[in-house]
Amino acid sequence: MLFSKANAPYLTSSSDVQSMMLKVVYALVPGSIAMFWFFGWGVLFNLVIAISVCLASEALMLKLRQRPIAPALGDGSALVTACLLALALPPLAPWWLTTIASLFAIVVAKHLYGGLGFNPFNPAMVGYVVVMISFPREMTFWTAPMGVADGWPGFIDTVSLVFGGTAPDGQSIDTITMATPIDTLKAQINLEHDIEYVRAHRVYGELFGTVTGVGWEWINGLYLAGGIWLVKQGVVDKRLPLAFIITLVLISNFFAVVDYSSYSSALFHTLSGGTMLAAFFIITDPVSASTTPRGRIIYAAGIAALTYIIRTWGGYPDGIAFAVLLMNMAVPLLDHYTRPRTYGAPDNGA
Amino acid sequence: MSAQRKTGIAKSQDNLWTFHGGIKLPGHKDMSTQKPISRMPPSDRYIIPLSQQMGADGEILVSVGDSVLKGQMLAAPHGLVSAAVHTPVSGKVAAIEPHRFPHPSGLPGTCIVIDNDHRDQWVERAPIADDYPNISSHDLRNLIRDAGIVGLGGATFPAAVKQTEVGIDTLLLNGVECEPYISCDDMLMRERADGIIKGAKIIAHIIRAKKCVIAIEDNKPQAIDAVTDAVNRDGADDIGVQTVPTIYPSGGERQLIKVITGKEVPVNGLPSDIHVLCHNVATAYAIYKAIYEAEPLISRIVTVTGRGVNLPQNLEVDIGTSIHDCIEYCGGYRNDARALIMGGPMMGLTLDTDELPVIKATNCLLVTAGIDISLPESEIHMPCIRCGKCVEVCPANLLPQQLYWFAGKKDYDRALEYNLFDCIECGCCVYVCPSRIPLVQYYRHAKSDIWEQERERKKSDIARQRHEARLERLEKQKQEREARLKKKREALAKNKKGRDKELDKKKALIAEALARVNEKKSKQKTPAKNTDNLTPEQQQKIREVDARRASKKQHES
Repeated sequence: MLFSKANAPYLTSSSDVQSMMLKVVYALVPGSIAMFWFFGWGVLFNLVIAISVCLASEALMLKLRQRPIAPALGDGSALVTACLLALALPPLAPWWLTTIASLFAIVVAKHLYGGLGFNPFNPAMVGYVVVMISFPREMTFWTAPMGVADGWPGFIDTVSLVFGGTAPDGQSIDTITMATPIDTLKAQINLEHDIEYVRAHRVYGELFGTVTGVGWEWINGLYLAGGIWLVKQGVVDKRLPLAFIITLVLISNFFAVVDYSSYSSALFHTLSGGTMLAAFFIITDPVSASTTPRGRIIYAAGIAALTYIIRTWGGYPDGIAFAVLLMNMAVPLLDHYTRPRTYGAPDNGA
Repeated sequence: MSAQRKTGIAKSQDNLWTFHGGIKLPGHKDMSTQKPISRMPPSDRYIIPLSQQMGADGEILVSVGDSVLKGQMLAAPHGLVSAAVHTPVSGKVAAIEPHRFPHPSGLPGTCIVIDNDHRDQWVERAPIADDYPNISSHDLRNLIRDAGIVGLGGATFPAAVKQTEVGIDTLLLNGVECEPYISCDDMLMRERADGIIKGAKIIAHIIRAKKCVIAIEDNKPQAIDAVTDAVNRDGADDIGVQTVPTIYPSGGERQLIKVITGKEVPVNGLPSDIHVLCHNVATAYAIYKAIYEAEPLISRIVTVTGRGVNLPQNLEVDIGTSIHDCIEYCGGYRNDARALIMGGPMMGLTLDTDELPVIKATNCLLVTAGIDISLPESEIHMPCIRCGKCVEVCPANLLPQQLYWFAGKKDYDRALEYNLFDCIECGCCVYVCPSRIPLVQYYRHAKSDIWEQERERKKSDIARQRHEARLERLEKQKQEREARLKKKREALAKNKKGRDKELDKKKALIAEALARVNEKKSKQKTPAKNTDNLTPEQQQKIREVDARRASKKQHES
């Protein structure tokens, strides 16, 4: 009797790249629904546009690079990039903005660097930063959250805003959009107003819920829940979100204790903007993150510190994208200097 | 489970250490532990490879046609790291020829073929039994060496070689058996624990160990009970049974040492460096058989299991028995049998045919069926996404994805810097890899490339050294020759000077003599010529003759 030959080991776990990526997408669902609830149709349009453009450009790049299309398209990595990008962009972003960001993420940040596994920078964040720098006005197209002012525009109005760039009759786009809580706070603090003043303000105060911005508590809470599920599923290394959140809490708490009137609380920082999306879904992109255990802690802590700095003193509303890209650059160095001690090796040597 | 166990001497699990990484695997051990060990009936023909151990082949002691007795040595150990092989039956040497046997290379090796005469006649034996404490470590080691005993956990390193009696305090018996499906050590411990304890005491005596720890994974409660009972019966107070958590690869020597002692075997070091000696329980049992029954290693327990075989069970099989016969004895293959693996599903070796002999390393014959065990269909895999799962599970605490990167690029300097050779090839990284990268294959490839380079380098080093030595020799010869010539020349020059002086002396003498002669001459009158004092007529005649001669000459010319 003749048998097939192979090389040990012959056992493999059930987890593969595709199932990991799909789990990431599943874990995003609760937070996305909350986003949709609070910010309206634009969130859905962003997702549809980003997913279509990302998958199409992924297929095109694979064809140009003469790689098999089906397996790589099916691995779900482009889908994850698209979702993260869509959820990071403002809900009323014009269609071309989302398209440019998606194209940049897949074509430049991913495939020009060699495709899955070889990109040094987080593709979604590259796409985000490109449009953030190029189109700062459009990047402020956030609607008022559900329950604030008139809430978000209806389906038809959103279609004409996103695809036509025109506001409904009698309104200008500036009356529909509204700054995010982080942005509002920063602007007001720069005007020498303190946090109490802002929260008690007739217009701005409406934006704030119990802890942070209206809706943002829910969105971040649900991303957190999805993220905890990802950690339990073994898709995400818990060191990354833990180090990120703990660092952010420590730094923001330090400044809030020093001067509570000008610096938001730790709770505000952890439940505002993209914090939880970043903690569990963005900084955990394995390809562009550090791979060593200690390296990951430093990497995540570094992103948290830079995020806080940019949020608080920088010129951009939320610093996560810049913080991620800056730490991406540090990864080769981190990997090199944080090698674990091999079994049996002396304590000082790697 | 532990509540029911008589814990008398067993330590609790609390004072254990852990090693980095590892994975939990489904055991599948029940499949082959339902029946007691059965004795495989004798075969007509045995094929006994010389190369069943790490190290050199033995030196053949028999020739074709010789009659041999059961237990007779067929080949003697050759060199320090080598092992003897013996015939498991009495009969005739039918052939000594190359034959395929289970080996990663798949290449044939020299085998001694024995035809069984079914008389079961033993060679003369002189068991030492309980007298062993009166025998020196050195002599006992020689007995173990001559009994052909190698590490039966899989590494097949000659057992006696590592039984140094200097500086060992702990003898660690490995009954962990962490690979799925394999149960031969489990069954051996359940059924023959007394022999294992006796073997342990012999080894402890040889190496002068202060204590002995028998480590067993907690998924083998019956083995734990049996061994604990045997220790109690024996009454030795320096032997302890230690249950360890079931985590693959806690049966790896280095991992187990960490779990039990909390110490790590240094990189490039040996367990003896931290005063530990580790043997498999089956090796201890083989040593017991060698000392108490003078029986060399001619049989072992083999687990025949997997969904592709009809009656999975443990067999006591003579070394050299055909694997095909073993499977047949266990009810043969099922229709969907797909692959035959010697060893476990994590580190075993696939065999392309069952027409191969059982060797000392054959702990398990695993027959897979359908897709119960996946055999990668192709070499195509997804790219590494740097997820770091391999880093989490690596029991050597390496960075597998970095090693993969360096091995793939053939950047061997970096691979060595990242401690490639500390990889124990346990396969945990491959198990968890979501991209299904055959990482271990990359590492094996890189290791053999590096060995090859090392060999080449050594060869070229030797060649260079030879060349340099030759140049040096030539240079030396040249210098010597030159020195010789110089000496000669100097000698010659000296001689010439001497001769010159003599010559000068002679010349001076000659000159003196000449001077004297001249002086004399000048004093004497010039002697008369015959043309002097001639008459005018005579002169005239001469003139005429001269003129004639001259004209004649003119005429002629």
